[in-house]
Amino acid sequence: MHVPDGFLNLPTSAATGVVAAVGVGLALRGARRELNERTAPLAGLVAAFIFATQMLNFPVAAGTSGHLLGGALAAVLVGPWTATLCITVVLIAQAFLFADGGITALGTNVVLMALVGVWVGWGVFTLLRKVLPKKLVSVPIAAAVAGFVSVPTAALTFAVLFAIGGTVPVPATTVAIAMGSVHLLIGIGEALITAAVVSAVLAVRPDLVFGARSLNRITPLEIKESVPA
Amino acid sequence: MSSDLAAPASVSRWRRGFAWVTGLVVALLLAGVVSFYASSSPDGLEWVAGQTGFEGAAAEHAALGYSPVADYQVAGLTDARLSGGLAGVIGTLLVLAVGMGLMWLLARRRNPLENS
Repeated sequence: MHVPDGFLNLPTSAATGVVAAVGVGLALRGARRELNERTAPLAGLVAAFIFATQMLNFPVAAGTSGHLLGGALAAVLVGPWTATLCITVVLIAQAFLFADGGITALGTNVVLMALVGVWVGWGVFTLLRKVLPKKLVSVPIAAAVAGFVSVPTAALTFAVLFAIGGTVPVPATTVAIAMGSVHLLIGIGEALITAAVVSAVLAVRPDLVFGARSLNRITPLEIKESVPA
Repeated sequence: MSSDLAAPASVSRWRRGFAWVTGLVVALLLAGVVSFYASSSPDGLEWVAGQTGFEGAAAEHAALGYSPVADYQVAGLTDARLSGGLAGVIGTLLVLAVGMGLMWLLARRRNPLENS
């Protein structure tokens, strides 16, 4: 999904750059409410983990591959504002060092993966958590569906941007249908990986899963360690 | 460890560190070893670009000219497995360092009055 330089014209890239900057600016404020000394190292690890998994392209239909976007996964693990920052850090490293995703396209990629991917994922997750039983098992299920929906939504967002500012005249519906259909398949991979990772973290450290925090509230307070003055 | 009171604290801290280290080891193995076996087929967007005819619009990436880890290969290492694996490990550790630094700063700068 990493958009290279040259697919979108400069005005469109500049516009997505502004949207990305505003979104990341808001996330820098919002993440402070989600983070504390306990969860900050986890958030850093989530960014590193998503960088690693984005290297793992899995095959989908004939001659195509996809990889985890990780927006929904990060949002469920560390909260949507912090997740926005996690994905942005990954995208910056990929663009400037790994030649993965263009440099003028960085704003576009932040919009697609760090904003649309994270917030659509978080929106679907929140909605499903209201509908599903208030049990721990609902968390990975909701996360999987959130991951699934986030991928074609990000892909269709690209199709819209390409219709507005694409450098090659291709009918908008052609791009939208192709992007949507192949990313529905990639979304299945996203759902499976998201469910597996969320389940694994829930099994080891349920207290660290942001999306399951309402289930932890009933845990009685206990003094775990003394805080040095 | 010397007193019963200290025991739960050290266990809790150990478990916390254990989960984190396990996560990091998994990430390093994925980026450093498993990545070699990843599919090299075009990704969804590249495939669509090829199918619908805007593939050629992609510009040469600027980082190919200066970055020693461009395209997830360490410059100068000819062994693809080693070169790709090392690039993955470097990237994972770099993102970890930057991510943790940023998150730690944000957590620290939180208003102490709203501390729960």
